[in-house]
Amino acid sequence: MSSLVTLGLLPLLGALLVGVLPSENVLRIKQAALGTTFLTAIFGIYIATKFVANDTALQFIEKNEWIPSFAINFSVGVDGLALVLILMSVLLTPIVILAGWNESEGGRWSAKVFYILILVLETMMIGVFAATDVFLFYVIFEAMLIPVYFLIGGYGSGERAAAAVKFLLYSLFGGLLMLASIIGIYVVSSSAGHASFDITELAGLHTVMSSTTQNFLFLGFFIAFAIKAPLWPLHTWLPDAAQAGTPGTSVLLLGVLDKVGTFGMIRFCVTIFPDASKTFTPVIIVLSVISIIYGAFLAIRATDLKRLIAYTSISHFGFITMGIFAMTTQGHSGATLYMFNHGFSTAALFIVGGWMIARRGSSTIADFGGLQRVTPVMAWMFFIAGMSSLALPGLSSFVSEFLVLVGTYTRYPVAAVIATIGIVLAALYILIPVQRTLHGPTTPGNENLPDLNLREKIAIAPVVAVIVALGFYPSPLLNIINPASAHVIESAGFTDPAPTEIAGK
Amino acid sequence: MTFTAPVLDYALLAPILIVLAGALVGVLIEAFVRSSVRATAQLFVAVATIVIAFAQLMRVRNQASTTAAMSSLTFDGAGVLFMASILVIALISIFLIADQDNFTAAAAAVPGSLEEREAHQARVRTTEVFPLTLFAVAGMLLFPLASDLITLFVALEMLSLPLYLMAGLSRYRRLASQEAALKYFLLGAFSSAFFLFGAAFLYGYSSSVTFAGIQAAVTGGSGNDVFLLLGIAFVSVGLLFKVGAFPFHAWSPDVYQGAPTPVTAFMAAATKVAAFGAILRIFYVAFANAEWEWRPAVILIAIATMLFGSLVAIAQKDVKRMLAYSSIAHAGFLLAGVIALSKSGLDASIFYLFAYGVATVGGFAIVTLVRDSAGEVTDLNRWSGLGKRSPLVAGTFAFFLLAFAGIPMTSGFIGKFSIFSAAYQSGSVATLIAGVLSSAIAAFFYIRVIVLMFFKDPVEDGTSVVIPSALTSTTIAISAVVTLVLGIFPAPLINFIASTAVFLR
Repeated sequence: MSSLVTLGLLPLLGALLVGVLPSENVLRIKQAALGTTFLTAIFGIYIATKFVANDTALQFIEKNEWIPSFAINFSVGVDGLALVLILMSVLLTPIVILAGWNESEGGRWSAKVFYILILVLETMMIGVFAATDVFLFYVIFEAMLIPVYFLIGGYGSGERAAAAVKFLLYSLFGGLLMLASIIGIYVVSSSAGHASFDITELAGLHTVMSSTTQNFLFLGFFIAFAIKAPLWPLHTWLPDAAQAGTPGTSVLLLGVLDKVGTFGMIRFCVTIFPDASKTFTPVIIVLSVISIIYGAFLAIRATDLKRLIAYTSISHFGFITMGIFAMTTQGHSGATLYMFNHGFSTAALFIVGGWMIARRGSSTIADFGGLQRVTPVMAWMFFIAGMSSLALPGLSSFVSEFLVLVGTYTRYPVAAVIATIGIVLAALYILIPVQRTLHGPTTPGNENLPDLNLREKIAIAPVVAVIVALGFYPSPLLNIINPASAHVIESAGFTDPAPTEIAGK
Repeated sequence: MTFTAPVLDYALLAPILIVLAGALVGVLIEAFVRSSVRATAQLFVAVATIVIAFAQLMRVRNQASTTAAMSSLTFDGAGVLFMASILVIALISIFLIADQDNFTAAAAAVPGSLEEREAHQARVRTTEVFPLTLFAVAGMLLFPLASDLITLFVALEMLSLPLYLMAGLSRYRRLASQEAALKYFLLGAFSSAFFLFGAAFLYGYSSSVTFAGIQAAVTGGSGNDVFLLLGIAFVSVGLLFKVGAFPFHAWSPDVYQGAPTPVTAFMAAATKVAAFGAILRIFYVAFANAEWEWRPAVILIAIATMLFGSLVAIAQKDVKRMLAYSSIAHAGFLLAGVIALSKSGLDASIFYLFAYGVATVGGFAIVTLVRDSAGEVTDLNRWSGLGKRSPLVAGTFAFFLLAFAGIPMTSGFIGKFSIFSAAYQSGSVATLIAGVLSSAIAAFFYIRVIVLMFFKDPVEDGTSVVIPSALTSTTIAISAVVTLVLGIFPAPLINFIASTAVFLR
């Protein structure tokens, strides 16, 4: 059994373990969940160290027949892109559990159900990035909606049921469009003589597809992914879901699940339909730039802390999509690194923001004020998270945002220049709430908030460590990402434009 | 004039004959066994009959691909699969029907009369329903095997007549139940007339009533095409009525709602298998070479049926009516398999029929459990908060709904995937797109019910979930397990169908 399969099964075993524990013993359940996810994270890091960065072929592969009459296989494997995202998922899950230790309280159902849902979700997160069979990917892509739906609807706050339904319907609609395209792929590949769902085999399929077919199939995939990693104008479900979910759920939703969309764009849209990707690139670049700017404006106007973070993410997903469809190696590397970094900076924002909200009992930004004096550690953590979100040089997001802009500039200078405005706006949407909540005199209602306790400090430390470390030294990740990005660009038939003096590394 | 005695292949006909014999034994039991043990005896006979018939079917399945009873019946691979599906569905429905609480004590009495009340007080039980079910099953087994129009008509009436009666047996809301029975009977009689009218035209066209004769006439092309068209149209009306396709669906919501729920379950699942078996045979065998005449019309009907069923289901406030409209939508999906007119279309249809039939019985079985003092509660508003009171029942129902919606990891998804890919493979892109769109619409109302059960607070009006009897539990458990297993490991059944399903032409 490939170690990748073992990695995916670990959380599922944890879910079984939690399932047999008595529901009254909540502490034991939490320990079991944390222990399993921690082990998974360690094992994930171990796998990453065994990964051969310069080998562009899929690694840790495992392939078993699943439904032979439809040429469907249970096949998994990773390249640099998938590995980085799996690594991000397994690192974030234990942090989320530890940071939101009491999140399962106040839910509709018991803590046991909460942790089973989280653990099952982790298995699916690993699986969705590891799947190298389009059908398997789709199955997990759709199935993972169910645990998230119940996590938001069952444990969230406010209009949680409505938000959960909105999330589910949007995603299902996109998923069904993708199903139509997957059926299309199956039919096209079988009429070309060899029915297949294997992504390496499908990469050659575009040579036999008419451009009309290719465009339609591309759109089926792309719209599904553009809903997932919300791109303007398909983003409206995200703020509601992020606001209603628990902070931990929102971290997993924005940090990991939405990345399935941007991951899918590279893995399926660009790889299987390079010609259609080229055709639609102008439109997508425009949508990305609109997302960057529009998301930023929404964030500036936001009055709710959780919605603010969701809006910043819409802006960030605009950057990622732009980097992908710039079709340059730098753009792709930047986008992939951006996905990883965005996972951690969003996690930091949501986790610390969640603590602030839990302590103050309100998520309205105007209710906070002067936290720097009352809760210095928490305030500093929020400050760092904010700086990471606005891509301050020295923090991880800066590297990726820079790479994306450089990679885009070499091909679409106008888009890159307009997107740069997004950086200025980012300073506004981060600095204004930071100033309102942390600095200035302590406003009534905030005087007696407790600072972070030891558990919370332990939970946030690795997130901040990653943000700072990758800001100064991104090479370990870039070494994994670069060959994979170059391979995607090259096998899709694109060539990097000759670097100009501005785009030099 | 010499008279040749018809040659009957008793071994091949045995499954049908066994069911008929079982039904006759049931009638004798009604007459001679004392009432206290009658129900037990009837259940035993019915179950034994179905099991023996199934065993005999499996024994002779390798002798498939031959005609029986002087070419009136075709005993081929596809026929075996239809029969097997019908028997399995009948078996799990029988357990449900055996839960006598759903049936009136005195079907012949005027609703609300003294006679009826006395029968109730005397705890008279309606055990006639067992032989009636077996008669209907015999008709259903015959229906997809019939290979001439006369036998087809006889089988149609044989399966319909017991169902008309059974629809009127409900214990609660007697008037609605009787109205349903009358409506079903009258409209059924109309559709039978249409069928006969069409059969006459086809005979006029081909001077033959056998499918082979019609096929030969179509291939020869010597007949009058107007007769052929009228014949196909009218025969189709009769058959499409039975599956509740738009615009011949008007009876189904009322009948589904009025009939006792176990009967609805049996009718919805088993009739669909039988009727689609017959439709597939007549279109694939008799009309195959006239596909240019009927295919555009069937495509239109399929698309209209899918969209109509899903759209109208949204507005339903009664769970049984909602399931009725959902079953109309599913009839539309199944017509996609008819349109495909290919081996993969046939395989997909059989899989879909079996998967949908089993899930349908399970779904309706759960409807029988939600009651108040006046019987079953089918008003959806009163289902709110069901997940809080009985998480297991609500969870299982949610699972069946997800299967109807075609979410991955359920049999419904595999069915949908295979039937749509078959339709697309045959070139009907419109069917695929309409199918995907109506699946998205359908997802909306299935999820609405899930929201209602899990995310709304219970209403305090005496609605409760009764503890299911061992029989009902068996039905639900079998249905749920089959739905799950076929969603995750469908390969064995798909392979079995692929290697068995053929129409003998």
